[in-house]
Amino acid sequence: MTEISDPLDIDRPPSNRWAEVWRQFRAHKGAMAGAVVFGLIIAGVFLGPFVYPHDPQYLPSGRDFITLRDTRPIYVALWDSSAKVNWHYVLGTDNLGRDNLARFLSGGRVSISVGLTAMILSIVLGTFVGLMAGFFRLFDGPLMRLTDLFLALPILPLILVASVLFRESLALSLGPEMGTFLLIVGLIGLTSWMQTARIVRGDVLALKEREFILAARSIGTTPRNLILNHILPNVMSPILVSATLGIATAIITESALSFLGFGFPPDFPTWGKLLNDAVDRMTLYPERVIWPGALISLTVLSVNYLGDGLRDALDPRSRSR
Amino acid sequence: MLTFTIRRLVLAVPTLLFISLVIFLLLQLAPGDPMAQVPLTVPPEVKQQMREALGLGQPIHIQYFKWIVQFFWIEPLNGIDALFGTGLAEGKLRVISWQTRSPVIDIVIQRLPQTLWVVGVAYVVGILIALPIGIISAYRQYSIFDQAGTFITMIGFSVPPFFSGVLVIVIFSVQLGWFPSIYDTMHAVDDWASFKVQIWQMFLPVMVLALQITSQISRFMRASMLDNLSHDYVRTARAKGLSEATVVLVHVLRNSMIPVVTVIALGVPSIFGGAIITEQVFKVNGIGQLLITAIQANDLPMVQTLTFIFAILIVLFNLIADVLYGLLDPRIRYD
Repeated sequence: MTEISDPLDIDRPPSNRWAEVWRQFRAHKGAMAGAVVFGLIIAGVFLGPFVYPHDPQYLPSGRDFITLRDTRPIYVALWDSSAKVNWHYVLGTDNLGRDNLARFLSGGRVSISVGLTAMILSIVLGTFVGLMAGFFRLFDGPLMRLTDLFLALPILPLILVASVLFRESLALSLGPEMGTFLLIVGLIGLTSWMQTARIVRGDVLALKEREFILAARSIGTTPRNLILNHILPNVMSPILVSATLGIATAIITESALSFLGFGFPPDFPTWGKLLNDAVDRMTLYPERVIWPGALISLTVLSVNYLGDGLRDALDPRSRSR
Repeated sequence: MLTFTIRRLVLAVPTLLFISLVIFLLLQLAPGDPMAQVPLTVPPEVKQQMREALGLGQPIHIQYFKWIVQFFWIEPLNGIDALFGTGLAEGKLRVISWQTRSPVIDIVIQRLPQTLWVVGVAYVVGILIALPIGIISAYRQYSIFDQAGTFITMIGFSVPPFFSGVLVIVIFSVQLGWFPSIYDTMHAVDDWASFKVQIWQMFLPVMVLALQITSQISRFMRASMLDNLSHDYVRTARAKGLSEATVVLVHVLRNSMIPVVTVIALGVPSIFGGAIITEQVFKVNGIGQLLITAIQANDLPMVQTLTFIFAILIVLFNLIADVLYGLLDPRIRYD
């Protein structure tokens, strides 16, 4: 595990709390691996198009359509010399001749953007509700009852229903892509803030009894400044942890929606959508199923490890586990 | 304990009413028209009458009230009628599906056994695998078994069922041909051979669901065991000279099971939600698949009823978890 800090070790430079957290985090191998992999995936997905400038929507026409469609990834040629491969398409093409790698990259951009945006929405909502409920006794009862009610909602069926009901109107006003994006982000965000709210409320309730809050109060700090300058920085660590884990849930929910056919429109790929489209022909072209699925799983796995490591680093009480 | 249970039961009623209101209002916004399938030759005034016969066009609060009455009063009466052959609900309007024009509950009852079989068996299998893994992982913390177990549960936690399901189909039914990829619900179990076929076709969906359940529960089991292993009473038990098996499997395990049992109870509704996806992958025609087709066909009464059934499951199992917690742990009895 981590090295035990020697109290007599005066050579070590004085460190602040975040340096300590970083030291703890680095010692957690899984978390470091998770951070590296997640960073690589984000970089690959967002910077990849600059290195690999193929258009994911490009449809070959005429004779090209016949020659370029349904090519296999180039590695298939290693064991199957009769496979139809094309060195210009590293991971092959789909049944319409579109470049698979470019589609995976653009699908990942959407999936990860949905995950990050939905996470931010749910964290902001959850933190706000938690702070209000913990800080103002007046709001505590009603807000926590509301949280309980939201926790009792059947989330996946409701998201499915709502995504069908509001798709048309949002697509009409914002365009099919932006409308669906906002719809899915909004639905995931609105249905996943409850855990954060509960954790934040508990921590705020405990913090409120501490002396430094009393001191700040007694010199006339306004509630607004008290929350922003004294309480919020002290509840940052649980918020950070649930933010990380929230990315994972949001990505899985989005992919599940796309997989069930309730997500983005067909010409707008996400990893879940690509997986769903490829299932029908997976015996012939298993790579089209395995790549998006593996990418989803790898992203979620790395984010989960990252969250675990962050929790260990930020919360000294859980470190021994 | 009894007063606590009763109080929780009473509190569950407004929760359920609120959820039913949310579901109802959400579906009121639905753009679909149940008369869209009616031939164009039918004159508009007849269509209007048909619409009114379905209860549409009335004010929202009356529609809501009627649905509540249908769901909580007429449908249970029908259930009693079916069980005892009485005629309590005769002539009363039931919740009718717009797709099949038959009572929604009848269809749900047709579909429920498939879901319950797959989900129920998966849950039991998952728990049976999870508990030993959690116990051994905690007892031998940082051993190779623990490292491997933690890694595998992390993977099971992260791989979504729509990928693991497809993956096992590719490997075990396409490449190896060991198991069927489609769950045949018409299959009747009447002798040993057909029972074997049933086990065979249940294997893949059950394993995919069980992987998820195992990962969640064994993580909890491990954390809870670790929490308890460092307590003073464990040292006392060892100092008394009790065998290691007694210490771990009787003293520590009993105390560690308290939070795990509530997690198991709380996990039941979410596993029904997860079954929606697994049913889609393995083509099981259970209630998850019924929900998907009902949403696609704009069958609002069906969607409403199914979503509400999911909500009832959540509230019910939250209640069970609460009561179990009180029963198992005398320190937190609430009265």
